[in-house]
Amino acid sequence: MRYSFGGDEHLFVEVDEEMSLEAFFKALSMTNAVKASRIKGVTEICPANASFQIGFDPDMIAPNDLLAELKAFDGASNKTDASLATRIIEIPVFYGDPWTHETLMRFRERHQDPTVADLDYAARINGYASVDTFIDAHAASPWFVSMVGFVAGLPFMYQMVARDKQIQVPKYLRPRTDTPKLTVGHGGCFGCIYSVRGAGGYQMFGITPTPIYDPKQEISYLKDFMIFFNPGDIVKFKRIGREEYDATVEAVAAGRFEPLIRQVEFSLADFKANPIAANKTLLEALHGA
Amino acid sequence: MALEILKAGLSTTVQDLGRPGYYHLGIPISGGMDRYALRAANLLVGNDEGDAVLEAVFLGPEIRFTTDAVVAVAGAEMPPKIDGVEQPTWTALPIKAGQVLSFGFLKAGARGYVAVSGGVDVPIVLGSRSTYPLGGLGGYEGRALKAGDKLGTGPEKRKVEAGRAVASENRPGHSPPVLRVMTGLYWHRVASQSGKYFFEDTWKVAPEADRIGYRFRGGRPLEFIPREQPFGAGSDPSNIVDSCYPYGSIQVPGGTEPIILHRDAVSGGGYFMLGAVISADMDLIGQLQPHQAVHFEPVDMAQALTAREEGARRLQRLRESLM
Repeated sequence: MRYSFGGDEHLFVEVDEEMSLEAFFKALSMTNAVKASRIKGVTEICPANASFQIGFDPDMIAPNDLLAELKAFDGASNKTDASLATRIIEIPVFYGDPWTHETLMRFRERHQDPTVADLDYAARINGYASVDTFIDAHAASPWFVSMVGFVAGLPFMYQMVARDKQIQVPKYLRPRTDTPKLTVGHGGCFGCIYSVRGAGGYQMFGITPTPIYDPKQEISYLKDFMIFFNPGDIVKFKRIGREEYDATVEAVAAGRFEPLIRQVEFSLADFKANPIAANKTLLEALHGA
Repeated sequence: MALEILKAGLSTTVQDLGRPGYYHLGIPISGGMDRYALRAANLLVGNDEGDAVLEAVFLGPEIRFTTDAVVAVAGAEMPPKIDGVEQPTWTALPIKAGQVLSFGFLKAGARGYVAVSGGVDVPIVLGSRSTYPLGGLGGYEGRALKAGDKLGTGPEKRKVEAGRAVASENRPGHSPPVLRVMTGLYWHRVASQSGKYFFEDTWKVAPEADRIGYRFRGGRPLEFIPREQPFGAGSDPSNIVDSCYPYGSIQVPGGTEPIILHRDAVSGGGYFMLGAVISADMDLIGQLQPHQAVHFEPVDMAQALTAREEGARRLQRLRESLM
């Protein structure tokens, strides 16, 4: 655990230099402990993939006092048996859709391999025989939302598979100035869903018809809060085609769409002992055994 | 409606002291980049110091008033005009219904804060009236103002004497700034010699400078201590496993051009940071113009807290002078 102040208003804590589910769980449990303890002067509690950040008001708490409190949590919480009550959510994805395809063609000169599309490139460098089998792998195993941010409501996701099965791709050589809203992307070992249209450097694999950020709070399932995801959510992608994409867009607009969500209990120890069985249990919870 | 926007200026947004508490979901604090100027403008016109104002960058807007009001412009030397007649900055200016507020050319600084008695009235979203354009959130319809927009103001809070001004000793100057930096975060990744260069070299504000972040050019590139990149970090030595970005943090993609994140910061990403500008110097960044030269100076936490206390005392003097 490495602690460092980021100026006089932030304390940064790196759980691990490299990404792993263990590091993410440790960061999440520490931030939950900080939240529960209601330390005076703490203004923001931000979990990230393998680190976290506490915003504080140094007029309310001396920086070194905050540091001491956090170090005490670290000593107290050595949770390798961590379990998490969370939700699993099905997100439909239209892989290889025309909108991200148009965009990736527009920015081809910024890509490592301008001769093929992002999906072809990612499938090839990850050793898949075809785009089809690559998409199967992307959609088969669930993903943890390990961080929400960059821009409002954007989830970073880490797939729940062994390290040698992780999909890894570089970011674009130079970031694009445009990415369609709701693009499903991937950079490094992280998946993401672009919550708003804008700049981006992740490879683009497809698009989801289900909005995840709505500042106007008009979409039925975003009326209570404008942001859909929380760190610790589990996501399962579902491969859909053009027809289902169009039908879902229409259902969302008509207020008829509700995402498929189930409450689940996730145990890190069970997952580490048998990832395939643990994922099977999660998917049964989502779809019924 | 009290304000009718005739010309919007370059980018004019509604801002207050911001929207803390949602950074963990990627919603930045937003709010005025120069908070001292924002507070001063509000106090001058009899508002609460955190009321919503207009933040105008480089080029001021043109506004027709449809009710009588008191206005004040603080921050950049962006001289206000009422019906074409130039008026002083940092001063409470009465304006009548039907009169037009416009601005002369920018003389110093970058952002003018236009306070109107009663405060600019837009809906409060997540506790603030500030605009976050990237997320289409808050302010006036989640965006910078356009010609034809009409804005209301709140009820007048305090009567103030026309012509009262912030005393010159309470106005920050626009001398070439030194930005004080606490090294940390991923500073250990920087080879020590190039870390020294960072503080020796002169840096100039790049054209890519906005409310999200300010980019700088002109110094020598940073070199990194060689390592095998950790899993998930990406292949460039300036890459890290995506982490949170503090306000004021200085990231240096590829080791070449430092970017200081400000009030509309992206909340996280995969670039290493060498440290962060101290809270007392954040306002200065909001008044930097492109091509302006700056230096960075290393300080420790004790010096940062002393600077913060000095800032608080200066603000207290301002409040007392305008009560």
